[in-house]
Amino acid sequence: MFNKSFIEELLKPQELYSKKALRTIYDRLAHASIMKLNQASMDKLYDLMTMALKYQVLLCPRPKDVLLVTFNHLDTIKGLIQDNPALLHLVDETLRQLIEVYGGLSAGEFQLIRQTLLTFFQDLHIRVSLFLKDKVQNSNGRFVLPVSGPVPWGIEVPGLIRMFDNKGEEVRRVEFPHGGNYVTAPKEGSFEVYGDRVLKLGTNMYSVNRPVETHTSGTSKNLSSQAQQSIAPNPLAKEELNFLAKLMGGMEIKKTSGPEPGFRLNLFTTDEEEEQAALTRPEELSHEVVNIQATQDQQRNQELARIMGEFEVMDQPRWSASKGDDLLAMMDEL
Amino acid sequence: MFRRQRSIPLRGSAAALSNNLSVLQLPVCNLTHFGVVHGPSAQLLSVAPEGVPLAQRQLHAKEGAGVSSPLITQVHWCALPFRVLLVLTSHRGIQMYESDGSVMVYWHALDSRDASPVQAMFARGIASCGHFICVGMWSGRVLVFDIPAKGPNIVLSEELAGHPTSVTDIASEPAQEQDPAGERGKGSPCLSPQDCMADVVTADDSGLLCVWRSGPEFKLLTRIPGFGVPCTSVQLWKGIAAVGYGNGQVRLYETSTGALHVQINAHARAICALDLAPEVGKLLSAAEDTFVHIWKLSKRTESGCTEVEHCHGECVPDTQVCGARFCDPSGSSFAVTGYDLAEILTFSSE
Repeated sequence: MFNKSFIEELLKPQELYSKKALRTIYDRLAHASIMKLNQASMDKLYDLMTMALKYQVLLCPRPKDVLLVTFNHLDTIKGLIQDNPALLHLVDETLRQLIEVYGGLSAGEFQLIRQTLLTFFQDLHIRVSLFLKDKVQNSNGRFVLPVSGPVPWGIEVPGLIRMFDNKGEEVRRVEFPHGGNYVTAPKEGSFEVYGDRVLKLGTNMYSVNRPVETHTSGTSKNLSSQAQQSIAPNPLAKEELNFLAKLMGGMEIKKTSGPEPGFRLNLFTTDEEEEQAALTRPEELSHEVVNIQATQDQQRNQELARIMGEFEVMDQPRWSASKGDDLLAMMDEL
Repeated sequence: MFRRQRSIPLRGSAAALSNNLSVLQLPVCNLTHFGVVHGPSAQLLSVAPEGVPLAQRQLHAKEGAGVSSPLITQVHWCALPFRVLLVLTSHRGIQMYESDGSVMVYWHALDSRDASPVQAMFARGIASCGHFICVGMWSGRVLVFDIPAKGPNIVLSEELAGHPTSVTDIASEPAQEQDPAGERGKGSPCLSPQDCMADVVTADDSGLLCVWRSGPEFKLLTRIPGFGVPCTSVQLWKGIAAVGYGNGQVRLYETSTGALHVQINAHARAICALDLAPEVGKLLSAAEDTFVHIWKLSKRTESGCTEVEHCHGECVPDTQVCGARFCDPSGSSFAVTGYDLAEILTFSSE
């Protein structure tokens, strides 16, 4: 995942991934590891990731803080791979790349980035028990927006009106009741490769092992609009997915040498529960894994064949030497 | 004291944009129109008194080259001398409709030759001024369209260059009467008070404000520099620019001189919308901190100073507000939209 060319591709200026494209990357990443997941657990993991990311983006005090959240993610990862210097170096390199690409953007540009990210998460209200227990999410699936605590860095505590004359001299100062309970920000988080990020968003939310559940009932109200968006065939979607396949082709899988080459991740308490969840999951929320079909293009064939060989595919793969248009037709079926 | 009134349901939730609510008051037929951007579509609603929804319509951003459905950045009703047009800006261009959204009368595509591989292209910032409609661009340019009294014969009249970064919002007010005390004439570079009647203000991502006088050729009168924080929303009242910033501040500037008259630490997050009830000098500010505040502005003619008084504050719990507007000329009712919220919240003090 921190492969140099993969990161470079990710950091190229581009439009926001569609929901399908992101889900495909996610599935491929999950299956590129020694981890195995069946459909129900995969869906649950994806929901959890989506809602956690929504929480982090929504609660960012300043738009630029999405970068600090990303740094928190990377710092935590570094803590987990301390014994692997080669990998540590790759992650540090990723941090440097992020700083180079995003470090110089203006507040207005970050505001646009944050607003665009929020369109991705619009209308998702899946309840996550970890969030409900921590009281960061309400029972209606919406996140709590606190009106107390430190203001973001660069913002003054609300409550003051200052009036000036034509010469710029302050003539009057009045306080007003602003309704919140804010204090000044202690300090700014660091945007360097190493530093105190100050912000807690993006750090490990699991201090203790707790069961994590996602509740999908009662969230279908706005899903019709979501479904409608993905039905219209997108002529460039084929390009997106083929591009992703290429990216995946560059990833190496480290085969572990132990007796058990992999482990199966079950996000439910028992295997039976997992099966039951797969059966009862609301239709609209099922994300189907898109099977990338080989095209007639020789080079693509080789690349894709190599990918297929390296990845675990959960469903029956439908290999055919048909043209790339089948990919589009397949997307129409979803 | 404002009280929550009946909410108006929306087909789709509101997108996290600035200035994401437009209101057209039609007192003659006792109707209010609301416009909200959802994402690739926008919703128009006609509402009767007591918040009873009567009709709704969805408009979509016109497709063009690109991977995904283009996103709409803003929807806004423009009141012109002989007609009202609905303007919709997106990442592909500018669409203009008759006021009920039934017929598109004009389409202006963004010039892809100007595209940069790194920057997103979009139009954003809409205001009418006399028989002109001004629309801002990602490049910083402001397009000025000349609108005929009726029909689709809309012409791009001018492109204003004044902003180095993306335009965020535009405000205008009817040309003011001459200043009786002659205050405005003092110290300004204009030839006469007539020349100095600013009636358009444009704002951008760097916080820079440009003050213009409209006409067959727009004239740049003043530049008010920013301070590294985007200006998200702007209003114009009696020659005073009321400006909302990404750092939660509301500032009032005298447009003829560029002098700062008032600075309010109003909100704890970026301001997303400002609105005016010009007849009574009321200003509404809304921000991502879940709060909406109402302020009373007054101009002291002797000193030339501006005074501000806080009137009311409202918290919309757990809602990142993205749009807010007064719903009547006396400023006794207002409406609010929030990110991810599929309803328009209304408040009234009557």
